[in-house]
Amino acid sequence: MKFLGSIRLRISALFRRSELNAEMDDELASHIQLRADDLERSGLSRAEAERRAHVEFGGQERYKEEIHEASGGGNFVETFFSDVRFSLRVLKKSPGFTIVAIGTLALAIGANALVFAVLNGLILRPLDLPNEKSLYGLENRNGSGYQSYPDYEDLRDRNSSFQSLAAFGITQAGLDTGKDPAPVWVYETSGNYFDALDIPPYLGRLLHASDERGPNSAPYIVLSYGYWHNHFQDDPGVVGRTVQLNMHPYTILGVTPPEFHGTLLFFSPEIFVPIVNHQQLAGAEELSQRHRRWVFELLGHLKPGVTREQAIADLNSIASYLEKTYPQDDGDTNFTLARPGLYGNFLGRPVEAFLGGLMLLAALILLAACANLGTLFAARASDRAREISLRIALGSSRTRILRQLLTEATLIALAGGVLGLLGSIALLRRLSVWQPFPRFPIHVPVSPDVRVYVVALLLAVASGLLFGVVPVRQVLRTNANEVIKSGSVTTVGRRITVRDVLLALQIAICAVLVTSSLVAVRGLARSLRSNFGFDPQNAVLADTELSMAGYSGPAAAAMQKRMLDTLAGSPGVQSVAFADTLPLNLDARIAAVFPDKETDLRASHAAAKGYLYQVSPGYLRAAGTTLLAGRDFSWHDDESTPAVAIVNQEFARRVFGSVTDAANRYFKIQDGTRVQVVGIVENGKYLNLAEDQKAALFLPILQRPTTQTWLVVRTGSDPQQLVATIRDELHSLDAGLPLNVQPWSSELQGVLFPSRMATLSLGVLGIMGAMLSITGIFGLAAYSVSKRMRELGIRIALGAKPQEVLRAALARPFKLLLFGSMAGLILGLLATRVLAAIVYQATPRDPVVLAGVVLAMALLGLLATWIPAHRALNVDPLILLRDE
Amino acid sequence: MPDQAQLLPGTLDLLILKAVSLGPLHGYGVLLRIAQISGEALMIEQGALYPALFRLVRQGLLKANWGTSENNRRAKFYELTAAGRKRLREETEGWNRLAGAIASALAAQPEEA
Repeated sequence: MKFLGSIRLRISALFRRSELNAEMDDELASHIQLRADDLERSGLSRAEAERRAHVEFGGQERYKEEIHEASGGGNFVETFFSDVRFSLRVLKKSPGFTIVAIGTLALAIGANALVFAVLNGLILRPLDLPNEKSLYGLENRNGSGYQSYPDYEDLRDRNSSFQSLAAFGITQAGLDTGKDPAPVWVYETSGNYFDALDIPPYLGRLLHASDERGPNSAPYIVLSYGYWHNHFQDDPGVVGRTVQLNMHPYTILGVTPPEFHGTLLFFSPEIFVPIVNHQQLAGAEELSQRHRRWVFELLGHLKPGVTREQAIADLNSIASYLEKTYPQDDGDTNFTLARPGLYGNFLGRPVEAFLGGLMLLAALILLAACANLGTLFAARASDRAREISLRIALGSSRTRILRQLLTEATLIALAGGVLGLLGSIALLRRLSVWQPFPRFPIHVPVSPDVRVYVVALLLAVASGLLFGVVPVRQVLRTNANEVIKSGSVTTVGRRITVRDVLLALQIAICAVLVTSSLVAVRGLARSLRSNFGFDPQNAVLADTELSMAGYSGPAAAAMQKRMLDTLAGSPGVQSVAFADTLPLNLDARIAAVFPDKETDLRASHAAAKGYLYQVSPGYLRAAGTTLLAGRDFSWHDDESTPAVAIVNQEFARRVFGSVTDAANRYFKIQDGTRVQVVGIVENGKYLNLAEDQKAALFLPILQRPTTQTWLVVRTGSDPQQLVATIRDELHSLDAGLPLNVQPWSSELQGVLFPSRMATLSLGVLGIMGAMLSITGIFGLAAYSVSKRMRELGIRIALGAKPQEVLRAALARPFKLLLFGSMAGLILGLLATRVLAAIVYQATPRDPVVLAGVVLAMALLGLLATWIPAHRALNVDPLILLRDE
Repeated sequence: MPDQAQLLPGTLDLLILKAVSLGPLHGYGVLLRIAQISGEALMIEQGALYPALFRLVRQGLLKANWGTSENNRRAKFYELTAAGRKRLREETEGWNRLAGAIASALAAQPEEA
């Protein structure tokens, strides 16, 4: 009620104001009339009498203002509203200025809101789980989180720091709910997973530790809310239903809550299955194998009162126990704890670094925008000098004028802020539903929240006040008489003004942005052309997990051979082969390699670590990998013949000293097998494009069969056309085969994703920076031309040549442009060192980049000064001199 | 125009109250009345009068009503309220005390000190 009352008071105050105005006008008019009557009586004509009466009275406006104050007017709200009204009128009168100012700020605020929202979603509140502060994930020394299942059991049972240590692995399985069987993404979770994380069921019940009774003892499925919603249409009757998972019957236990998306950011599982059933899911008996590190991450809440350091010490005492007890499998074990969600520091650090860098650039944009707006406002304030001094002469107080100017700035700031925020929300919505890789359940959970709104609006208002303050000094210095006498106070000095500094700063920032985006674009272009060690053009990949369709052991090998023979006979196919995984796939396998003489096969004695690919005969031809020496595998390299390998140059160099030495030599792998090198291939890229050269080895898949199958089909024609054919051919062998077919070049999108994202964001920021500096330079040039119109007119009248006029008008903006660009270029080159970490081959000392930046800045300058220069040249001295 | 005395700050309100106490007046009338009763010695800037009038109305010392002037012009007439009468009395006493004190101070002769 109180609130409503105060509103009523305020509204009535507004009415009172207009009443007061009317009454005042009436009374003053009546005064003038009475005075005129007197004067008329003294013998003047009526008209002359009224004129005299007006003159005697003096400036009515000033007295009205005083009357307002005297009669209790001038209260804050009222003045505020009148300021707002006046500002709106003023802004409406110069739509160009208003649009440029609001647009500039909207861009800057939008960029900041966007980057902050992503930062907020990914780093400030990553998983959104209850009690996240005490939640930690285990991390190995190399930054990964992978553990073996027996190690997990030891860590779980022996530690005294965690309330409950849970584990999860990630795999894909074929789920048949009675309709179309399809591969789904699965979290294999330890029984205590949901209890350890304190996740309540949305429907039915979730898993408990008591469900686990040894390998394959728990045929239960928990559905994610998303999967339940999309595939079961929110049917609560699914609880208790039996479905087929990799051809095994599983019972649906329940559904997780909608806000739970698993414990790896970006990667939301569709279903959860007990980890003890790993064999049925992954087709391999790995539960009991201590050297197979496939469990994705261990995590849990620390007990109350246990610090991170204590917990790490506790874990490492278990690590040394494991090392001592299982020297073969657990050599060199060491743990730290990291925040779960971004896969600890493995993903977290680069993501943080990248976002931090983006935030910095976004802040630079905001700074540039503020500088820009500051220049605009300052220029405008001096254009309005006459108006302002007129108001001061008429008795307006300087505080009132400043207040009004600040109101104007704040209005623009708010409009820009709201506009920018709306834009960024629209973008964020799209980002949240965006699926960069159709193969993976990846999504970026960045819906904006209150924090984002508040930050954006605070930034807007703060920057509004920042640039609004720029003209203050100017107003305070205004000498009313001077300005009115001479038109405008032109101090055409060589003095460096705040405006100049702001503009130079802004150009420098813009040059930094342009430099970084060019560096990123160049890096991306180069990474697309670099040598992968295989040829992704004209090749199609078809991948399947045979265990999902019920094949294992010899049946799987036979199926692989049938698929190969079928595809080899298809039209358009030049060659075909298969492997367990491919270079630049996300699931890379690494093998430790030992010298032939080594007998102690602990990880610390390894001569090298190499990326391991198990390939069928013909793989090198199908993949387009060049064989430098020796031979390819043949169909005779199977389980009955001695183990052989093909290695890359880097492998040969590291293990044997040189490529020529490597042929026919032997090395050992972890399980003690002696392997003979029969071929050497070119180097390539294995994990990502920015990596240092890595060693790699290829083993015949026939010597150690797998169910994971990647078919590589090389064609002479358009690979896209072959996709459907391949799918049909394979499904004609087995309609229940879960398949994924696409050109190899599309499959590589994932690898290029980080540098693409970096390039895209930097490109956008670069364009924004460029736009800002165009408006900035344009503003200054236009301003300096209009300021010196009269001088230019006189010059032209006295016969100045066009280039002299131009030099007079635009020398200063150009000098600033030159100076700012140089500074920005140097800063930008320094900044690209940071970029090199993310963007492949981002070398700042690249002549193309240097030339590009110089050219871009010159173009920007040309573009921005074009219109003012045109104006300067077309000055008609006659009109101008008559005018003033 | 005869020599004009400088108006001391704070005295305008007192003069207005005094002028109005002699009978209801419109703003222009207040000016004329002050000129008249001060023997043309005190001239008030025309515009400066109105803020003072509005201030006094707001303080409840004057009340205003629209009426018709002697030459048939619509005008706003001011008259004293009870509070205004009281204030005029107090201010007049205060002023007289101050004026007397200043007068006697200025009249002091060297031997009396």
